[in-house]
Order: sequence, then C-alpha cells, then structure tokens
Amino acid sequence: MTITRRQALQMGAAFAGAFALGSRSAFAQGEPIKVGVLHSLSGTMAISETTLKDVMLMLIEQQNAKGGLLGRQLEAVVVDPASDWPLFAEKARELITGGCAATFGCWTSVSRKSVLPVFEELNSILFYPVQYEGEESSRNVFYTGAAPNQQAIPAVDYLMEVEGVERWVLEGTDYVYPRTTNRILEAYLLSKGVAPEDIRVNYTPFSHSDWQTIVSDIKRFGSEGKRTAVVSTINGDANVPFYRELANQGVAATDIPVVAFSVGEEELAGIDTGPLVGHLAAWNYFMSVDTPENQAFIDAWHAFTGDTNRVTNDPMEAHYIGFNMWVKAVEAAGTTDPDAVIDAMVGVAVPNLTGGLSAMMPNHHITKPVLVGEIQDDGQFAVVWETAGLVPGDAWSDHLEGSKDLMSDWQAPMNCGNFNVATGQCGGA
Amino acid sequence: MTSRKPILFRLMAPHIAPAILALVAAAALVPIANLAFPPDHALHVPTGTVVLVGKWLTYALLAVALDLVWGYCGILSLGHGAFFALGGYAMGMHLMREIGPRGVYGHPVLPDFMVFLDWEALPVAWWGFDVFAYAAFMALFVPGALAFVFGWLAFRSRVTGVYLSIITQAGTYALMLAFFRNELGFGGNNGLTDFKDVLGFSLQADTTRAALFALSALALAGGLLLAQAIVTSKFGLVLVAIRDAEARTRFLGWRVERFKLFVFVVSAMMAGLAGALYVPQVGIINPSEFSPANSIEAVIWVAVGGRGTLSGAALGAILVNWLESFLTGAYPEAWLFVLGFLFVVVTLFLPKGILGALRSLRGRRRAADPGKAPEKSPAGATQAAE
Amino acid sequence: MAHLARTSIRLTRSVLVALTLALVLLAAPLVSTPVSAQQASTQDVETILAGFTRGQFPATLAAVDALAASGHPHAAPILQALSDRRLVFETASRRVLWQEGGQTFDALTGEPVAAPGPTTDVRVSNAVRRAVQTAMASLTLRAPNPATRIEAAVSILRARDLSQRAALAEARAEETDPNVQRAFDDTLAGLALVDPDAPEAERLAAVERLTARADAGARALLLSVPADATDAVKAAAAEGIAAIDRRLEIQGHVQNLFFGLSLGSVLLLAAIGLAITFGVMGVINMAHGEMVMIGAYATFVVQELMRAFAPGLLDLSLLVALPLAFATAGLVGIALERLVIRHLYGRPLETLLATWGVSLILQQAVRTLFGPTNREVMNPSFMSGSLELFGIALTWSRVWIIVFALAVFLALLVAMKATSFGLRMRAVVQNRRMAASMGIRTPWVDALTFGLGSGIAGVAGVALSQIDNVSPNLGQSYIIDSFLVVVFGGVGSLWGALVAALSLGVANKLVEPLAGAVLAKIVILVAVILFIQKRPRGLFALKGRAVES
Repeated sequence: MTITRRQALQMGAAFAGAFALGSRSAFAQGEPIKVGVLHSLSGTMAISETTLKDVMLMLIEQQNAKGGLLGRQLEAVVVDPASDWPLFAEKARELITGGCAATFGCWTSVSRKSVLPVFEELNSILFYPVQYEGEESSRNVFYTGAAPNQQAIPAVDYLMEVEGVERWVLEGTDYVYPRTTNRILEAYLLSKGVAPEDIRVNYTPFSHSDWQTIVSDIKRFGSEGKRTAVVSTINGDANVPFYRELANQGVAATDIPVVAFSVGEEELAGIDTGPLVGHLAAWNYFMSVDTPENQAFIDAWHAFTGDTNRVTNDPMEAHYIGFNMWVKAVEAAGTTDPDAVIDAMVGVAVPNLTGGLSAMMPNHHITKPVLVGEIQDDGQFAVVWETAGLVPGDAWSDHLEGSKDLMSDWQAPMNCGNFNVATGQCGGA
Repeated sequence: MTSRKPILFRLMAPHIAPAILALVAAAALVPIANLAFPPDHALHVPTGTVVLVGKWLTYALLAVALDLVWGYCGILSLGHGAFFALGGYAMGMHLMREIGPRGVYGHPVLPDFMVFLDWEALPVAWWGFDVFAYAAFMALFVPGALAFVFGWLAFRSRVTGVYLSIITQAGTYALMLAFFRNELGFGGNNGLTDFKDVLGFSLQADTTRAALFALSALALAGGLLLAQAIVTSKFGLVLVAIRDAEARTRFLGWRVERFKLFVFVVSAMMAGLAGALYVPQVGIINPSEFSPANSIEAVIWVAVGGRGTLSGAALGAILVNWLESFLTGAYPEAWLFVLGFLFVVVTLFLPKGILGALRSLRGRRRAADPGKAPEKSPAGATQAAE
Repeated sequence: MAHLARTSIRLTRSVLVALTLALVLLAAPLVSTPVSAQQASTQDVETILAGFTRGQFPATLAAVDALAASGHPHAAPILQALSDRRLVFETASRRVLWQEGGQTFDALTGEPVAAPGPTTDVRVSNAVRRAVQTAMASLTLRAPNPATRIEAAVSILRARDLSQRAALAEARAEETDPNVQRAFDDTLAGLALVDPDAPEAERLAAVERLTARADAGARALLLSVPADATDAVKAAAAEGIAAIDRRLEIQGHVQNLFFGLSLGSVLLLAAIGLAITFGVMGVINMAHGEMVMIGAYATFVVQELMRAFAPGLLDLSLLVALPLAFATAGLVGIALERLVIRHLYGRPLETLLATWGVSLILQQAVRTLFGPTNREVMNPSFMSGSLELFGIALTWSRVWIIVFALAVFLALLVAMKATSFGLRMRAVVQNRRMAASMGIRTPWVDALTFGLGSGIAGVAGVALSQIDNVSPNLGQSYIIDSFLVVVFGGVGSLWGALVAALSLGVANKLVEPLAGAVLAKIVILVAVILFIQKRPRGLFALKGRAVES
C-alpha cells in the first residue's frame, strides 16, 4: 500500500486541526461550558479511572437536565491520557487551551504532579478525587479525596481501641502514597507507645502478584502472642492476588484483620469475598451507607450505566462532591472565570452522600466523615465505626518533621499553600 | 561499492538535507512565530504547540539514535528508553537542585521528596548536580558508560539477535524497578517534578520554551548529521557489513565487537541528550520512562518511518506521536484500535517504512525514466544485499 | 448474574449455619447446665439484650459474655446471628431480633415476629466475633460434629479462657475421637501453662507437649510462660522455643522451595506457549500475553454461563473452561497467523511491530467487551484453602497449578515428539523446503503450530485466572517474564523453558526473604543478563547450522 495524494492531504488537514486546537480559547456567551475529564481510559490505570469518567458524564448530564449552569449547557470534553504521565500534562494543556472551564481528573499522585505545573501556568482548575498522601496544596487544585488524617489515622485508632491491636504490619506498594502514609502512621504509633519491634514495614512493586512469602511472613509475625493487624496501602491490581493468598493461607479477620486504604467496592468486584468477611477498609464513603442522597445517586448510576450490578465507590463520591461544589461556586461567582471561581470555592458546602455537609476549606481540602467498614460476603462493606463529625483534611501532616510547621490558606491576605508558622514566611516559591 | 565522496557531499544526501534544512528553519522561525506574533495573528504558533512539537523532536532524536544501532548495525535494542531516561534523570536532578530553597518545605539543599521522606543528607549520587555543566556532562556520560559496560560484556561474548534484544529489555525493566524504589533516592514512582527554572530562566516562560524548542530542533539536526557522518564513512560500511553478515565480517579480520561497542555508546549518548532535552519541556521524569513498552514504542517509530534511513526514523517518531496525540483527544475510546491497526498495516504493506516506501516509489519512477539512474545510497545498497 | 450466584452462595451458607445451629440447639440444654448455675430471669436477659442496642462495642462485648453465661435458651442462635450480622433491633422499640432463613425471631422469647418495624443492625467487630467464638465454644464442646468440637477447643486456647478449663477437662474424659482428643489435650496444655494456679509438674508436661507440637502457636504460648513459673519451667520453655525455632527454620526453607516451585510453574505456564510461537517459530510474539488474557476471560464467560444454567456444576467450571480456552485462544492465534504473520516469515523483527499492534487491538477489544475493571473468577472448592503437610501450609491453588503446569508441559512434549503433527511441525521448523517437498502442507503446519502455541497460552490463562486479576492488563504483566524465561532457557528448547522457569522461580523466592520482593526481582534480572553473557544461547542451546541465522 502506498499513501495517495488525497490521503496525504487528509492527514495534513488533521495535522493542522490538531494544531489549531491550541489556539481556540475564547467562547461566546450561550455556547456550552466545557468541562474537562482527564482520566485514563487505557493502560494500567484504566481499571480504576474509567468509572470516574463515566460518573462525570452522568453528573454533567444531570446538571444539563436541571437546566445547565448560568443558563448554558455543560459539555464534557473527554480525552485519554492512557496512564502515561507526560501525556497527562499534554492532555491537560489541550483541555485548558481548548477552553475547559474546569477539569476533573487524575488518579495517581504522579499524574497529578505531572499536570500541576500546567494548571498553575495556565491558571485553570483541577478537581482531584482520590485519597492521597497530602503534602501539597496548590491554588489551582481542589483535593476532594481524603488526606492521611481523614483515612489512615482514624482507622488505626479504631484498630487500637476496638480491636485491641498491639502489633502492626504496614504493607504497601512502593510509591509515595504508602511511603508517606506509613511514615505518618509509624510516627503516630510510636507516639502511642507501640514498641518499634512491633511495627513491621514492607513494600512490594506495582502489580505484585506473588504474595506467598509475604502472607506467610505476616502469619508468622502475627502468631507471636500479641494481637496483630495489617495496614494495607497496597495499590489497585495487586490486591486481588493478595486477598486470594490471605484467604487460601487461612488468615482470618478474627486472627489478623487487614485494614486497607485503597480497596473499595470496585476492587472487591474481582474477588469472592466469602473468606474475607471481617477484613476492613477505611474510606469516607461506602456504597452501603443508607441515606436518601446515596440511594438516589446509586439509582441514577444504575440508570445511567444500564447495569444494576455496577458499584459505586469513594472517589466517585469525591467527584460528586467536587462537581456540586464547582457548580455552586460558579453560580455564586456568576462566571466560570478561574480566579473568581477559585475565590468563591472556599466555604462552599454541599451535601455528601453519607448524610453530612462537606465544606471546602481554605487549604483546598474538604471536610469528610471517616468510616471504617467490614467486607461482607456480597462484596459490600458494612460500616462498623465512624467519626463523630466531619474531619477537615490536613494538607500538611502534623506527624512529619518537615511539614508540621506548614499550613495552607488560599484566602486573602495569606494566599499561600505552604506558610511556615515557625518562620512566619510563605516558604518556597 | 560507492566511491568515497567528500564529507559535505555525503552529509547532504537527498533524504538528509531536506530534514536538516527543515529543522534549522523550524529552530529559527517557530520561536519567532510564537513570540513575535500576537495570539490572534494568523502566523502565531501557540505555546502548547511549541511544547508538544519540542517533545516530539526529542523523541525523534531518540529514534535516530535507535536507527543508528538497529538500522545500520543490526543491534535491536529493546532498552533504548533506558538511556533516554537516564539522560532525563541527570537533567531532572539538576533542575531539582536549581529549585534550591524555593521548595515547599524551604529546605536549602534537599529536594522536597527527600524532606518529607526524612532523608538526612543529600545522597552522594546527587553531589555536583547543582552545576549545570556537570549535569549536562552526566546526561551524556551515564548513558554512555552504561552502554559501554553492557555492550562490552554482551558484544564480547557474542550475544546477538533476539537474545540481545531480550536482555536489553530485561535491563531497562530492572532499572525501572530500581528507580521505583524510594530507597534509591530518585523520587520513587513520582520521579522528579516541580521544576522552576533552568540556568536562571523560568521554565514556564514562553521564551524559555521557544529556546528549548530551538535547541531540540538543532540537536536533532546535529544528531542526524553525526549519524549520517558515521554511516557514510568507511566505518559505517563495516557496520552495515556486520549487520548483514556478522560472522563473515569477523572472518575478514574486523574486530566486530569494537565497532558495535563504539556505535552503541554513541547511540546511547544521543539518547541521553534527547532525554536531557525532553525533561525541561515536559516538566517531569519518572521511572515509567524506563518501562519496556516505551522502548518498544521507540522501535515502532523507527519501523514506521523506515529502518536504516535516519531521517525516516525521525519522521516516524513525529508522525506516530502526533497521531497518538490527536487520537487520544479525538477518539479517546477507540484510538488503540486505530493505532494498533496502523502498526499491522504498516508492517504488512510498508515493510521499509514510510520513507522506504516513498523512496522505492521514486526509484520505480526513475527506473521507468531511463534518463536518470537511481541514486545509490548506502542504505539502498544494503537493502539490495538483504 | 453474579448477583444471583452470590445470593445462592449465601443461601447455601445460611442453610449450613442453620443446620449447625439446629444441632447446637439440641446439644445446648445438655451443656448449658454445668456452665451456668441457674437460669437468668427474663428481666435479666432483657437487660443483657439491651446491651446490644447501645451501638458501642464494649456494651456489645459485655452482652455477649453475659448472654453466654445466662443460660438463655436462645443464646446460641442469638450469638451466631450476631457473628453473622443477622442480629438487629427495632429502631423505635429497641426490641432485639434475629433473622434466620428469611424469618425474624424475637431474641427474648424466640417467637417468630411477623412484621417487625424499621430495624438497625447490631454492629460487629472482629473482637465481637472472637468473643462470640469463645462463648460459643463452651456451648459446642460436645457438638456432634468433630470439627466443631476441635474449633471450640482452638478458640478456647486462642482466648486463653481459663474459666473453660474444668469443662474442657470433663469433655476430654468423654471424648472418643482421637483428633478431637489431640486438640483438647493441646488446649489443656496451653491453659495449664498460662494458668497461674497450675502446679510445676503440670506445666512441665505442658511445655513438653507444646514443644512436640512445634508450630507457631505453640511457640507463642511458650513465650508467654508466666513470670511466677519456676526456673525449671522457664528453662524447659526456652529450650522448647529454641527447638521449635530450629524446626520452623527448616520448615521455612521447605516452604520457600515450594513457593519457588509454584512461582516457577506460573512462569512456566505463562511462557510455555511463547516457547512455541517465539521459540520454535521465531515470531517475536508481543500478543502472547493477550492470548493468556483471552484464556482467562474464557474462564470468566464459562463460569458466568454455568452460574446461570448449571449452578450445581460450578466446581467443574475450570474443566469445562480448559478446552474452550484452548479453542478460543487457538482460533485467535490461527486467525492471527493466517492474516498477519504468514506475510512476515523471514522478517522476524517485524513480527514484533505487527504483534504489538495486535496486542493493542486485543486489549482494547476486551476492554470494550468486558469493561476495564476486574472480573470475578471464583476458585472452585478444590482450589480453595490449604493443605497442611508436616506443619507447612501449602495452598491448594498453588499445588494444583504446579501439577497443572507440569501436565501441560508433558502433554506438549508428547504432542511434539510422539504425534505425526509434531513430526511435521519439527520437520517444517528444521527445513521448510525439504518438508514441503516431502508433501507436508507447510502453510497449514505453520498455522496450526501458531494455533497450538496460542491455545496453550489460553490454557495458561485458565490457571492464572485463579491467582491473578482477570483484567485487560493481565497479559502485559506476564509478557516480559515470559520472554526472559524462553531466552534464558534457550530459544527453541522446551526443556530449557521448564528448567529456566523453575530455576528463576526458586531463585527469586530464595532471594526474596533476604532482599525483599523488589530487590529480589532486580537481582534475578541482572543475574540472567550476566548469565546470557556466559552462555549467549541460553541454558539449552540448540546446536547446528541453524544457530547462526
């Protein structure tokens, strides 16, 4: 086959089109408001992120059914950053210069780190819906997932107080979120009087699939007389083989409970949870929470996907909250101009799906309840414990040496993401 | 065989010269179009495009480096992405050091990720990277040194063909796992990010972007010239001989492993340079750059553009990346079908890649016109020998 | 569909629970007498039950203990219901109810309740479950099922519940089943060791018994010899711990070896199809991983269909899936060979490009068809749980995978060496022209060979679906390791693939305890790279003229 002249012309036209995309930025009144959806639809992260793309489409559809925003329709602009981190930055630029008023996206920390400079440079807005390690606060990013103090620490408190755990295995995938979370937890446990030899930290590579040795080590570590629990920050697709190995080696929750921070309804969908009943997870939302808002959300989700078996999970709720906050802020500001919306965001409060009212705080994190749930044999979680009220997200951990003096406040007059209270200066840039 | 021609003549071969001209012109004109014209002017090139094409140019340099070893010496490296990434890390480390006390924690020396993961002091591997010249040197030296050690071992023990390909793949895979480890001190999975400026110029400024674009274009032009100079020299003829019949070349008395080693090291350093130019433009370097899939993709660029044509490799890199960029935006759910189908079609119907197809088309036209004899190029000669 | 099946699993489980409960109930009046001196009054039981409605775990725990001691005739079903999250209370009236088999019963009276008002679940933690287990133990020491009795003894020991010592000793005297006797004796020994009132002789005997038991649990008990024990007891315990440690160390090595073999057989399964398509045919088959993926998804489809149409035979789903996975992946392989690869013979490196494209297409096709998320493939009962052998727990799924990998290997070997198709295949590989002139239809042999390699990859997918994610990324995670195995073993050598896979697996598992999972993998990769320098043609290098090509 050879390329004909016509084909060459067509390709050239498409080529020029790709370039022109960059220059189109202004839009007339009455045109739809574009909302960027930046979630991987292929590659390793598609397994988690595709659902979030769908939920954004659903939320935008619902908003349009309600009459849109500022009298204009919303239009989702979906791109596929393909689990490729530099491609995330490229696609973010494409979305922003293509006229998106706000972008909802990213899952991994590295993808967020990759797009962050782009959002700051072009002064646009990103809503990030996943629980993460904290230690970041950008004027252009709103963090609607949990910071470590909204997930990890309450879960450990639960294990200590209710389950009487004295010995800890901190098992994680080797990347920044588990590293930071485990460092925070280690400092926290030591401050609670846990002996250093009663804490065992172990890291495995991404997609680790052979858990035989590690599970048998955990069994041994847990059989030395003190009540032991595993705190798991194992990522995504390594969880299925991990839980299978736990079940097969007979690690029952009554002996060694595992509390996970990255395992939700979606991850459990690939496992027979019968042998896992009693293992735990800490999140800010579970599908099983019985509130009218949640029921409506689940019904809408089932109707939208046309599949009543589809589950909902915590990052989906985070997008629900983030999207509603954005809508409210745009309405308050009367414009989608990023500066006006960013200023209007702080203080916005919208109902979450667990019956509370989540508010955006000056550090661009939100208030959330913390729930500890037990795995049930139908793949759902049953809430066994929750915090009394909502917990405000802490961008900078109080348990880490470098960050305990830092605070973030994006309101005037401070307007700083990393204000150092010890030196009284806005550190860094 | 071809007679020895003067070097300038050899460098200005018909498939190289237009590419060089185009690159030099782009290096000169694109920054002007970006900076001098206002955004609504017809000739304005948006910054987004400058950044995007600048990135593709560095990919193209990687493709040229790979074509040099694969197209002309028969070494199919499935790990060339590792050299690219190492060059990128060297530059990334410099950019991290240049942040200095402006990191979020305000630490005078340590990068942010070291502060919150509680590193006491700067690891030895990071020493000296605050000096740009040292970092630039390391961006070439580290890939070159790795290529030297690896090549010295592998070529001397005559590891060839798929065996070599698979162990290069294993090598880049091992490096990826190693760089994922936070203990190694290169930022783990997140890699190095949050760069602020280079040599005092803000990385977010349009002028810096345009300058980096021009540098990438010139580096690619330089890479093409260097590679062309190598392959059209007498040395290059031995390389081609090795590619086509390694044992015979050895029996003729050539020290095959030395030729291979030299060209492998040069290629690795070119890849390192590409990586070093890539990082300031994309603003992040992380271990997934080592992933074997990235190296395979580089091989595919070369194959699509035309193996053993140098400028074809560059063209392939730019075309495939442009296509990927276009499709992921236009058809986010279906682009893999299109791309995958394209690879199959190219392999089946364009065995010599796009440039090879164009050339044989031209060759056929010339053959039909007896007035012009088909021009002989080394690549053309070797293809006949296959 | 999955929903239905889950419900049916739950139903069977609750039927089982109900049966056990019925048996327990029959036994309860017999055993509850020695436990509680007198039956608590209705009022007392009401107070106890109120503990479940507070929504606080300490109150629930207290209620569990009190209820077990109360002699309340419905204590056993209530506690079991609590443990299974079937205990609720009416939100308004705070009346405690338990649900069983679709019916609701009043916890106080045991009467069925026709139309309960809105209810709230009584929350359960693992601590509550343990308390229930311990409490139930006192009720089930004489349960008819030996396994239940053993469980009772084990949970008494786990709780170190000294109050059960007398009851246990009594039950031991009447026990006839040797296995149960052993469990009771172990528990009695453990309790004797931690009982502050136990005499020295009894403690020494206990130490001896636990040392002989020599497992991690016994070690934990020996570690907790009370401070008031005599020096003789302490010395004996220390000696016992040392002995157990030695034994555990040896067991650890054996277990590591098993882990290594099991990892090796996973590698073998993943690589063995590639040993044909790449090793024998020379196709750099980047779509190999996707053939494995197709096999895994075939298993998923088979299970879903059987759930819908033959739920009783679900345990046999893997056997049904095997031929189907082989056929599906094999047909895809034949199609791939006929449409693409056949045009590329003699250009092996270009097969890399084409098959890479095919792998992208297949991945995206599966993503579009089945969605991007994991699909659940269940383990049949014979692949669940573990096999205890000399104190080493070998999980059944791993045992079967080792057996299966070796069986596939042998079958392939037989197919290659002892069938006429194998003969033709080898003939074509060795000398295509000669084979053709002998009347072999080489194009069909090529297609069938590629189909065989792909089919075997599909069969591997059936096995891998048992231990890994069934997702569109499944194939990608095995492709690099597979190529490494084939190259390390020597391209073209089946035996090479076997030895390479098993030795890589074992080496990985021997390094892992020393260096951790990540470093172990890096060490192995570097070792293979260095090994190839020593033997540039892999472990089992082919000899002859073909080598240079």
